[in-house]
Amino acid sequence: MDIKRRQFLKIAGLSTIAGLGAPAAFNLLLKGETSPVLHASSGGGAEASHEAAPTGVRLAMVIDQRVFDAKEGLAQKCTTACHTVHNVPNFGNKKDEIKWIFEVPFEKAFTNKSHYHKNEHLHDSSFLVLCNHCDNPPCVRACPTKATYKRKDGIVAMDYHRCIGCRFCMAACPYGMRSFNWRDPRPFIDKVTYNKEFPTRMRGVVEKCNFCVDRLARNLQPACVEACGNTGAMIFGDINDSHSEISKVLAENFTIQRKPALGTNPSVFYIV
Amino acid sequence: MLEKALTGSNRYWGWIAVLLAFMAAGALSYIQQYNYGLGLTGMSRDVSWGIYISQFTFLVGVAASGVMVVLPYYLHNYKVFGKITILGEFLAVAAVSMCLMFIMADLGQPTRALNVLLHPTPGSILFWDMIVLNVYLFLNIFVGWIVLTAEKKEVAPPKWIKPFIYISIPWAVSIHTVTAFLYAGLPGRHFWLTAILAPRFLASAFAGGPALLILLCLIVKRVTKFDAGKEAIQKLVTIVIYAALINVFFVLLEFFTGYYSNIPGHMHTLDYLFFGDGQLVPWMQTSAIFCIIAIVMLIVPATRKREDTLAIACVLLFIALWIDKGLGLVIGGFVPSPLEEITAYYPSFQEIMITLGVWATGAFILTVLFKIALSVKEEKMIS
Repeated sequence: MDIKRRQFLKIAGLSTIAGLGAPAAFNLLLKGETSPVLHASSGGGAEASHEAAPTGVRLAMVIDQRVFDAKEGLAQKCTTACHTVHNVPNFGNKKDEIKWIFEVPFEKAFTNKSHYHKNEHLHDSSFLVLCNHCDNPPCVRACPTKATYKRKDGIVAMDYHRCIGCRFCMAACPYGMRSFNWRDPRPFIDKVTYNKEFPTRMRGVVEKCNFCVDRLARNLQPACVEACGNTGAMIFGDINDSHSEISKVLAENFTIQRKPALGTNPSVFYIV
Repeated sequence: MLEKALTGSNRYWGWIAVLLAFMAAGALSYIQQYNYGLGLTGMSRDVSWGIYISQFTFLVGVAASGVMVVLPYYLHNYKVFGKITILGEFLAVAAVSMCLMFIMADLGQPTRALNVLLHPTPGSILFWDMIVLNVYLFLNIFVGWIVLTAEKKEVAPPKWIKPFIYISIPWAVSIHTVTAFLYAGLPGRHFWLTAILAPRFLASAFAGGPALLILLCLIVKRVTKFDAGKEAIQKLVTIVIYAALINVFFVLLEFFTGYYSNIPGHMHTLDYLFFGDGQLVPWMQTSAIFCIIAIVMLIVPATRKREDTLAIACVLLFIALWIDKGLGLVIGGFVPSPLEEITAYYPSFQEIMITLGVWATGAFILTVLFKIALSVKEEKMIS
């Protein structure tokens, strides 16, 4: 009886929504179809991944590995700064692990680059990886509730209160940059360094790097960039503004991105 | 008609009691999971979907396979299937119900499930999957019930039910196609990123589902007066053989593309699943062997015609396809991770209990629906 009624309500609700949502659905699908076409006509293929979005602000980051290689411990400093500011819990085991930014060796960060006879410094250096804030993010496509969404400034953000914890975005992210709160994270946040300015999460939701969207709103640099001080190891800014520092760095240096062939257009660039 | 499920032999009630016990055990484990979080399962950052989503994927196939009896009967007027279409439809109802339960069991925030409706996102395949699954559930309950009611009253089913039946046929294909799209559209997951995933899903579904239906018919023949008939069962066997062969063909195509192109991403997961010392290797090898034995047994007339050997073949095939899709496909897709790390996944005790609980609930729904349908049919036989 109860099941039948629930089923009925479900179906009734669904058909209403199907009716109401259909025009919007078609619009969205149409939009989704046109954008790759635009991309293709404006240069296409792998080259396009180094091009910025044509208009508006697009926030991005350059990681200068030469500086990180020279300054031992700097990458660790960035990770600690980020995880402290964002109240990222430390469970002390790999299964529950949550991480926003972390170090991995070259071959893990750049799985599709040649690892054959790589030069010496690539053997020992480890690269910081974080959410790429893709211009064409697969996680946003996958999310069934718009709990993860792309902002106008290019940041891929999360609404922890809307996330249903289906983890489709984790399957969709080709970079492995998303973490899930497998259990209540709050007891595992360091009480000494706890940051009251940033919300803690509850169990059952996905989280990841947010390019410090809250700090940017207060005119602060992202925590990891700030941790680098004036070393120039990390440069953050608008790549659509040709006068920005990051645009100059990108113009002057050869940079690589993670898995550019997937067409996600990452916003994190590396100088190797 | 529901009252027919409330009367039965001791054996019927015994079976119901066993199912209720498993359902209760599953519910207890689910309460634990609900209170602790999904960390109670074996899933991790790298293998972020586990046995729940694999069961869901497999059962969408079982649900879709109902069309293999509905289509010949309604579109080709193949009368022999007339007796068992209701069983196919009710099997689909039970399977889709299990799918929905597995999805709910897998959500980190199950109380927010309705966000999928409150914030409809047509760009997300999960949104469409929810729509096609719920509509398919409705279609099968509705059509099954109306047709069975007509049968009870010994009149022809009303004409207006026909459009619903015709819609349900492509709809069955859609549920498994959309479910394949959940996987086949993700960049960076090479094992899933293949255009043949949807056809492969359908082929394995149309082999596994009817194999289960054959087994159910054989069981039903033992425990009730209802006999699906030799011809109907042998025709189902034909369907199973073709679908199983097409499935094997599709799998071999994956192997060809992977190993002949020699592209690491295309070989990685296949290596992990079938060769070497990965945790799933013994399972996948068992699956391959069972599949071959089953197909041979189904083709050889001597073993196909005998009910006992036919039952063994169907069990072997069902297990083989369950391992392939209900285990290897989803878990294998996460190995290697995007950072090319290999992480093992072992479902926890509670995870297994919840899984068994959902299967028991599915079996419960199936038992009740079959009991009703077969009671109606038995009454007719007596009068």
